[in-house]
Amino acid sequence: MSAPAVIERAEPAAAPAAPARPRQWWRRLSRHRLAVIGLVIMATVSVLALLADRIAPRSPTSQQILVRLKPPGFVDPRSGATLWLGTDHLGRDILSRIIYGTRVSLAVSLPAVLASALLGVTLGLLAGYYRGWLDAVVMRCVDLQLAFPFILLALSIVALLGPTLRNIIIVFAVTTWPVYARTTRSVVLVLRNHEFVQAARGLGAGDQRILWRHLLPGIVSPALVLGSFEVARMIILEAALGFLGLGVQPPTPTWGNMLADGRDYLRDAWWIATFPGLAIMITAAGANFLGDGLRDMLDPTLQNIQS
Amino acid sequence: MLGYVVRRSAQSLLLVWLVTVVVFALLHLTPGDPASVMLGENATPEQVQALQRSLGLDQPLVLQYARFLGRALHGDLGTSIRAQRPALEVVLERLPATLLLTAGAFSFAVLIGMPIGVISAVKRLTLWDHGSMALALLGQSMPGFWLGLVLITVFAVHLRWLPASGMGSLSHVVLPAITLGMFLIGLIIRLTRSSMLDVLGQDYVRTARAKGLAERMVVMQHALMNALIPVVTLVGLQLGLLLGGAVITETVFAWPGVGLTTVTAIHQRDYPVVQCAVLVSAVLVLSINWAVDLLYHYLDPRVHAVE
Repeated sequence: MSAPAVIERAEPAAAPAAPARPRQWWRRLSRHRLAVIGLVIMATVSVLALLADRIAPRSPTSQQILVRLKPPGFVDPRSGATLWLGTDHLGRDILSRIIYGTRVSLAVSLPAVLASALLGVTLGLLAGYYRGWLDAVVMRCVDLQLAFPFILLALSIVALLGPTLRNIIIVFAVTTWPVYARTTRSVVLVLRNHEFVQAARGLGAGDQRILWRHLLPGIVSPALVLGSFEVARMIILEAALGFLGLGVQPPTPTWGNMLADGRDYLRDAWWIATFPGLAIMITAAGANFLGDGLRDMLDPTLQNIQS
Repeated sequence: MLGYVVRRSAQSLLLVWLVTVVVFALLHLTPGDPASVMLGENATPEQVQALQRSLGLDQPLVLQYARFLGRALHGDLGTSIRAQRPALEVVLERLPATLLLTAGAFSFAVLIGMPIGVISAVKRLTLWDHGSMALALLGQSMPGFWLGLVLITVFAVHLRWLPASGMGSLSHVVLPAITLGMFLIGLIIRLTRSSMLDVLGQDYVRTARAKGLAERMVVMQHALMNALIPVVTLVGLQLGLLLGGAVITETVFAWPGVGLTTVTAIHQRDYPVVQCAVLVSAVLVLSINWAVDLLYHYLDPRVHAVE
């Protein structure tokens, strides 16, 4: 499959980008307005996930039938407490459920992205460096992944294996690593012919040293950018799985199964579906904004990496 | 050109073969015996045995695969357990609905996304440009199933302008097409912008300006068409993404397409239909990519150089 031309043209240019110092990174990132917003969002969501049990005003699973389907801002006459985002059809507090929902969302997306990035970058490095049969195998996997409507494949596998947290992470990781492999490989193909690599080899560096000391640093920037965008995609996909009833199962609150609950009450209780949806969008936007900022910061020539 | 056609076609066929391997493997991921999982808890041992025999599960894997492939080549992809009809028939009769939805989504995304991208490129680094880039990122952060629910609440439940679900008149297509198309808009805006910027920097555009042509003419007549060709091609290659998105959109709007059929089949454990749907979607994506690649190759001789 011949790669899309615009992307192909953008990638090699990315290669020679020298990895900047962390402090410089930070300074440049803090000047990027969207990136700062993204960073704040991601930090907030992480804190909410870590401290959900302290921050959430109520239990996310306790059902109070007396206050079911109450609108946002409703004051519970029994306790005097304000239910900021209302309650669902079982009288559960939506705000608390959203706060707890951050846990599943991050617990799926972060490990899935980390695992697929590790796998993809490693295979992409080896494929681009050694070429040969490994390269052929990796590239066919890339083509294969592009051919499958991802959600369809993920859905089928999760349904077969059973919708547990672990299985969802594995399925996401196993089906998305080719994205990283493709980018890594194309960067390595350019880098391996650069003078600094030739020089290292001339000085007697072995394959292992060249791979991990000289080529890997060139991959960090594009992988970081790609990873941020992938976090956003995984957050949405995890929610999609939950929405279809194939995510982490109730009673664990997830944004996806909250939306599925709200679907039956669109007419009478719009808030049940609206707020978890906003939570998903804001979090995904946070990751996307961060990715956009990282891309501009690390290398402006990486304009099309997101596709 | 002929050499390329042969090579590209051989590559596609190889991928189709790999797809059949994955689809075959899907069934065997089931923990335990697929036949008893499919039939549910109330099945008698005789029924399970009969299904095992008809699926050929009592034979060695290699033989099973050979049989699966042999039948698939004759258009026989098993029998739907629920419908008791050929699985291929069940899937194919839903294909037109999915294609209609994807075409609608594609048109919507192109009609909205392209003008925004073009204006962004022309008014580069202005407020408009930053705004539309943020919009593009937001569009990519929006979960389709949530957008669908919001559109239903507003336009179907409250305003009663458009139908909430099902398929019939043209008005039924509007909300699902917008939902699915939103998925692509961000990508189209970005690609159009960068492609347009690329073209605007070319020599012939400078020449057009130098000979005193009005800026409007330069943009509309000289730059636009050339900038849009790669965008349409690239977006055409995103069909896999779109088909994946259709799974969700169809579920939200009860749109009777392949996606909804698959999700239903997954919940009913009707694996022959699931396998068939995955296979049909993948083959569809591969054929479209094949056609797009050949067409692109034919239209743009510069691609030869990239290979």
